[in-house]
Amino acid sequence: MNSFWAVFKRELKSYFATPLAYVFLVIFLIAAGFLTFNREKFFELRQADMRTFFVNLPWLMIFMVPATAMRLWAEERKVGSVELLFTLPITTTQAVLGKFLAAWVFLGIALSLTFPMVLTVFYLGNPDGGLIATGYLASFLMAGSFLAVGCLFSAVTKNQVIAFVLSVVACLVLVVAGLPSMLNYLSTFLPAGLVSAIGTMSLQEHFASLQRGVVRFNDIAYFVVLIAGWVAACTVVLDERKAS
Amino acid sequence: MIEVKELRRSFGPVVAVDGISFSVEKGQVLGLLGPNGAGKTTAMRMITCYIRPDGGTASVCGHDILKDPLGVRRSLGYLAENSPAYGEMTVGGFLRFICDVRRIKGAERKKALDRVVPMCSIDSVYHQTIETLSKGYKRRVGLAQALIHDPSVLILDEPTDGLDPNQKHDVRQLITSMGKDKCIIISTHILEEVEAVCSRTIIVAKGKVLVDSTPRQLKEQHKVSLEEIFRKVTKMKKSEKCEVSRNRLCTSN
Repeated sequence: MNSFWAVFKRELKSYFATPLAYVFLVIFLIAAGFLTFNREKFFELRQADMRTFFVNLPWLMIFMVPATAMRLWAEERKVGSVELLFTLPITTTQAVLGKFLAAWVFLGIALSLTFPMVLTVFYLGNPDGGLIATGYLASFLMAGSFLAVGCLFSAVTKNQVIAFVLSVVACLVLVVAGLPSMLNYLSTFLPAGLVSAIGTMSLQEHFASLQRGVVRFNDIAYFVVLIAGWVAACTVVLDERKAS
Repeated sequence: MIEVKELRRSFGPVVAVDGISFSVEKGQVLGLLGPNGAGKTTAMRMITCYIRPDGGTASVCGHDILKDPLGVRRSLGYLAENSPAYGEMTVGGFLRFICDVRRIKGAERKKALDRVVPMCSIDSVYHQTIETLSKGYKRRVGLAQALIHDPSVLILDEPTDGLDPNQKHDVRQLITSMGKDKCIIISTHILEEVEAVCSRTIIVAKGKVLVDSTPRQLKEQHKVSLEEIFRKVTKMKKSEKCEVSRNRLCTSN
């Protein structure tokens, strides 16, 4: 077996070997349900679609994803197992990708466990299946982006709390920068070109367009570049600082 | 099998390893001796490709640590200080993970586990999670991890640290028995251990090699115990250190 798969398998198993996975899944599912039914008033809207579910996911993930990402490298460095890992025949890239993908798959599991929501809307009416699929795709890509951000901050510090706080702030900036209210505010003192650039750099716009059912190349490319960039940065940082 | 040439590494203003050179052949057990902070661990970390040297290089079984780090890591077994491991895994799960990374599969894996588990006497804790183990057992799990692929080069950082006298004896016997057909470096500051297992000893202090000899030769030359030789060699350094710090005080004033 490839060393990459060995790391991937170990990491994914380790989520379920500790209470971490179960605590995370339960809180995530309760919060997702609460936001959909209580805050967005799913039943009162009388619409059999999942817009109310997806629209709140970024806010939930801003907190939940850094919570999974913070331990990726910070814990490993604190405990010292990073020395074991990087004296085994494995490259930094393989290790980073293995751990990142394991965490991403874990978040994918969390997302897929919201399936009762899908069953509910199909039971209640005739929703657009394609819209639900792109909604899930957008959420999964967004989770990956936040995870990549968290992965870097986790490699920067040995302290998990610092890693968590920094990644929450970075994710928040990625989302908030693209909100219409924020762009309106920015346009009062920034040139229009810059404001639209900030809007396109933000995650919000790409998430929203995918969630509306439009699968555009540039939206997908945005997420791919974002994830690849942060993960590559994480590799560089780890190479530099793993021993310090 | 191990060639170390002018290895050098500093952390900020602190020079941890300052141009160390030595070579170790098959069948030798080299004891790296030195006071705390002498640079033993840093030197070992560079040879195992965990950190990059600032200058100089080394090769293990013909693989250069700068050009072919994966080849180096493949051919050696390394027990790091404090034997780091994944606490939430069971001993068996952990060793299987090491096998996966080292690409030891199927029947080969079973054979490796059957060899290494009794060798390090960890049969009784095989299904326990690592975080529940005592320090001695953790150390032996670390040792098992380093031996699982039957490497021709072994690097052990304080292998008997935290073990009880019986376990110490067992580990030393293990090292002596393996020493015949492997090339082993151990670091320690327990001098009786050097006499018990090492066929050669290097004393380092402040990142430099001070003595490179065999324990027997050293004793014959100086006609005193190893402990006194160690103290004499490293104490001289201490007085120098005082002088250096005094100078620093003067210049800062």
